[in-house]
Amino acid sequence: MKRNGAQILLECLSAEGVDLVFGYPGGVVLPLYHRFAEFPQIKHVLVRHEQGAAHAADGYARASGRTGVCLATSGPGATNLVTGICTAYMDSIPMVAITGNVARDLIGRDGFQEADITGITLPITKHNYLVMRAEEIATAVKEAFHIASTGRKGPVLVDIPKDVFIEEAEFTGYPEQVHLRGYPLADRPADLEVERAAALINEAQQPLILSGHGVIQSGASAELLDLAERAEVPVVTTLLGLSGFPEDHRLAYGMMGMHGNYYCNMAASAADVVLGIGMRFDDRAMGRFKDFNPGAKIVHFDIDPAEIGKNFVTHAPVLGDVRASLQALLPLIQPASHTDWLRHIDDLKAKHPTDYAGEGPELSGPWLCRAIAEETQSQATIVTGVGQHQMWMAQYYRYNRPRQFVTSGGLGTMGFEVPAAIGAQFAQSDPVWAICGDGGFQMTAQELQTVAEHKLPIRYAIFNNRYLGMVRQWQELFYENNLHSVALGQPDFVKLAEAYGITGLRATTRAEATEAVRTAARHPGPIVIDFRIVEEENVWPMVPAGAALSETIESAEEL
Amino acid sequence: MAAANSVLNTVVAYVEDRPGVLARVASLFRRRGFNIESLTVGHSDEPGVSRMTIVVDGQNTQVHQVQHQLFKLIDVVSAVDITDQPMVARELALIKVACSPQGRREIMDLATVFRADVVDVAEASLIVQVLGDEDKVDALLGLLRPHGVLEMVRTGRVALVRGSATSKPAPVSESERRAEAERAQRGRRPQGSLPFASD
Repeated sequence: MKRNGAQILLECLSAEGVDLVFGYPGGVVLPLYHRFAEFPQIKHVLVRHEQGAAHAADGYARASGRTGVCLATSGPGATNLVTGICTAYMDSIPMVAITGNVARDLIGRDGFQEADITGITLPITKHNYLVMRAEEIATAVKEAFHIASTGRKGPVLVDIPKDVFIEEAEFTGYPEQVHLRGYPLADRPADLEVERAAALINEAQQPLILSGHGVIQSGASAELLDLAERAEVPVVTTLLGLSGFPEDHRLAYGMMGMHGNYYCNMAASAADVVLGIGMRFDDRAMGRFKDFNPGAKIVHFDIDPAEIGKNFVTHAPVLGDVRASLQALLPLIQPASHTDWLRHIDDLKAKHPTDYAGEGPELSGPWLCRAIAEETQSQATIVTGVGQHQMWMAQYYRYNRPRQFVTSGGLGTMGFEVPAAIGAQFAQSDPVWAICGDGGFQMTAQELQTVAEHKLPIRYAIFNNRYLGMVRQWQELFYENNLHSVALGQPDFVKLAEAYGITGLRATTRAEATEAVRTAARHPGPIVIDFRIVEEENVWPMVPAGAALSETIESAEEL
Repeated sequence: MAAANSVLNTVVAYVEDRPGVLARVASLFRRRGFNIESLTVGHSDEPGVSRMTIVVDGQNTQVHQVQHQLFKLIDVVSAVDITDQPMVARELALIKVACSPQGRREIMDLATVFRADVVDVAEASLIVQVLGDEDKVDALLGLLRPHGVLEMVRTGRVALVRGSATSKPAPVSESERRAEAERAQRGRRPQGSLPFASD
């Protein structure tokens, strides 16, 4: 059957099961938008800036586990996606970004709104396509979704020139197969690797699991729980690993790393066998590489062979899908107990708790996180921006359900929270809590119109300290308190919300905040709460830049 | 040229012959900070697949990272470090040397010793074509320099493993291909053969 390129693309998206696209139209994608109405099964959500489309698709993917899809026009539309694509790339998020480009005969001639988006996104996509013929669209789309959602997941971009949308081609249906000889996928790990890992775990006296994003991505939470309980291994997580292991469990100790719990960092520094599971030994998690627990034997479970040995010498690599690897490992694990080791960590925890909420009465960040956790019984899906509020929300909320915590870890993209919450909200009916910084909120606040249009019940909680808080903290601690360009002033966020027809609240005291959190939790539609928190508050504990995990400090006096 | 104490590793990659594949490889090397001594690319014996020979200074670049990061590119079909295997490694150089008619004899004698050819003769210059490993090319170049090297071009290393073994990607049978497609269809991951040594 003859179809034009636009129809073929939409047929393919439909066959792929895509029912939600975040996009923004423009000149060269008009032939595509012209055909959208023929495909009512695909809902198009109009964002107000293309960056919002990419972050929303990302938030949707993180919260649902499905592949997120965003769409933009050529030139500035495409380049506006770049930050969102890179955010997804750094955190291995399955995403397909579709862009239009100028007509084929204008490519390379600096046509109006031409940008070499496949060239631009080369280093920040898992793969990308410039589709030069309508008959190639189906294969490109099939491969794009396959690549984005398998192996180590990631964003794939498909760029389609305007006249390819218009060109007609024979459409014989969505391909059932992919032929990618350069893309074999590891499923089950090699037996030898699993046996070596099991031997190290069985011999360990002070084992520690470092649980990462891969546990969530591969759906391995149940297997991880089984492993932790069977061998009685305490579990700490990376930032993106939060929610992969239930934090109410007796073996859960929360987050490690630059702003991780003191006792987690000390445990990691004292363990004799460190099991990195679905994590990549990133510098923010591990501190100074060369001084990380030199005596520890490292067992590394990962799906990406390039991660094995990248930052650390690995004693027992297990290459494969994390869930399949743990399933293969479990029968070889002998039941064990590590009472003394657990007591040691519990003692550290008792002496060095992460508890900086303060006695009051001022409205502190940590206290506010606890208030939100209490009101929502730690059941809500949390989306954060980047900075102090992000770290506090990682430290003080208790994540028990996989995909409950949505945050930009690798790239650290401020402004992620506003649109990512939109994507997360489209993935579920329970209200999403978007924890925002006042800086990040102002980067993407235009998406409030998207929220209003769809009446999304998102609770935007702005941790408003009138500062670019984390940068201010670094200027205070490491740059002689020479504060420069970090004071953000005070826009009226309540009025801003109201300008979009969204309810706005303000809270300046703990009493007001308690009331506002309660009101927000019961609000039927979207709501923005301006929490005027303490201006100059720091996130503790902290591993100073360039220090080892064992050098975690709990106050500025220790510097 | 590599420093005297450098360790040169040879990585062979088979890549899909598609627009942009060289840009993907080059972009990878740049952003990962891989230090590349040479890279040659040309057709392989299989239509649609090109073969790259990449020489990496193993002293300042993790060769296994080069190999694994290369392999992560979808268009790279295989990437193998053949450094530890016996191989035939060659490069070709064309060296244009300044030379008066009286000086030709001496240069031609040098070329003979190196089993090089003089492939162009002009009033005031010669082009010497030499084939061999890098050391041989370096040695001849060193002897020609005093005469005045006007211009030079070197291909960089090309290499083949000795014997009947190859560095080619394992052929995928039609049944394996079908099985893989089926698994992809079901959203499951097939057991692939990744170029990863467990030790």
